Amino acid sequence: MIKLTNVSREYPKRGYALRDVSFHLKKGEFAFLTGHSGSGKSTTMRLVHMSDRPTDGEVRVTGFSSEKVTQRHIWRVRRRVGIVFQDFRLLPGRTAQENVAFVLEVTGTPRAAIASRAQRLLSQVGLSTKAGAYVNELSGGEQQRVAIARALANDPLVLLADEPTGNLDDRATRGVLDLFWDINARGMAVLMATHDLELVRRYPHARVFELDHGELVFDSAEG
Amino acid sequence: MYALREAIAAFRRAPVLTGLASAMVGLALYVVGLFGLATYNLQLALSSVEERVEVAVYLRDDARQSEIDLLLTELAAIPEVRSVRFVSKRDALERARVELPEFGALFTDLEVNPLPQSLEVELRPGSRSPDIVERVSEAALLYPFVEDARYGREWVDKLFTLRRLGAATTAVLGSAFALVAALIIGTALRIAIFARREEIYVMRLVGATNGFIRRPFLLEGAIAGLLGGVIAWALTYGTYRGVYTYLFEVTWMPDSWVALALAAGCLFGAFSSLLAIRRHLEDL
Repeated sequence: MIKLTNVSREYPKRGYALRDVSFHLKKGEFAFLTGHSGSGKSTTMRLVHMSDRPTDGEVRVTGFSSEKVTQRHIWRVRRRVGIVFQDFRLLPGRTAQENVAFVLEVTGTPRAAIASRAQRLLSQVGLSTKAGAYVNELSGGEQQRVAIARALANDPLVLLADEPTGNLDDRATRGVLDLFWDINARGMAVLMATHDLELVRRYPHARVFELDHGELVFDSAEG
Repeated sequence: MYALREAIAAFRRAPVLTGLASAMVGLALYVVGLFGLATYNLQLALSSVEERVEVAVYLRDDARQSEIDLLLTELAAIPEVRSVRFVSKRDALERARVELPEFGALFTDLEVNPLPQSLEVELRPGSRSPDIVERVSEAALLYPFVEDARYGREWVDKLFTLRRLGAATTAVLGSAFALVAALIIGTALRIAIFARREEIYVMRLVGATNGFIRRPFLLEGAIAGLLGGVIAWALTYGTYRGVYTYLFEVTWMPDSWVALALAAGCLFGAFSSLLAIRRHLEDL
């Protein structure tokens, strides 16, 4: 599902953000990507989302290779990979329903099906009663749920979450994590970047990758 | 369909921003419109003066009718010549009496008509340049029974210098105004698109194709351009009516110019949007 083979990312001024990283996340797996700030978590997420390309090695995501997919056809990858961020990145001035419907509309869902599908997605994340609320009226946890509903709109095969609980309190964090586990239980691979080791310890069944100074120093599947 | 809906929704969501963009486009095109109005009227004035350019071929009194007919045919056969008219001595005198009434007494007690017979050569529009006029008069002077051929060389030279100056001014100033308008329109639409960068970002994030993202913005740019064009047309027409009523007589531009300007505003709006959005599509 996600396969990194000897991946390095070097920036002209910063030097190496990632160096020779390899791992393979299979279909239906749940993994945490951990490490301190600046360890290369966000760079890895960007490479998997193909918002950035490696300077060496290959990233394969849902069958697409970073060596072959062009910028013009990047949308094919994006429809198979959902993503959520720490800062939610919702459209302000629109309701929860409109934020989800927007994705469905711009990815070609028939107009007649959009409203009901958006409502169903919001129900999945436990926000059916807040569909008509503007996103700035929602709590952080609720906004993150809208972002998750939006990420699921295209029925992706993989869900990426870049520090999704960074702005949430403990209760909202647990709610979001429970939601990720539900989604994962339905067969979707989940890769979540977090610096919160306490949180990682709460889910001992999840696979854990640890990055340090851009290098993969631990993979729980390999002991 | 989505593109049109989104383009209209964009106007509804941010009426001030899109209204300002249209107003900026309108004001920029208004300057171009005023320049067009001035250029058109200058062209009309020059053309009406230019229509009076013709060659007068004065003939000797002893020229035979067959010779005159031959010259008339030869001159009429020159491609740049529109018509050749024979003016007899008597016609010349009649005309002089009508056109110069203050010398009426002088023309009544004449024993001999002093005015020569002549051929008046009228040239086709666009063929009234000094070179052509001189070539036609030289062709006439080859005939021995031709006394003289005149066309007011200095006057024609000045007229054409003025015309060239007008054309150069139109090209330089017109290009400068169009460039300034282009920059203003481009900036206005760039601001409008920048305000919606979040939307573009989300669209890219969730897998909308570039074409799909571009379309509503293209349409929005075209609508802003068209609205701006209409504003510019209204302002220019208002100015024209004001000048016509209170200052001096001017002629309104041909409809084809107005239609061309509206189409140009529309196309330019779409093109500016295309350029402005390109950067955002490369971002993620």
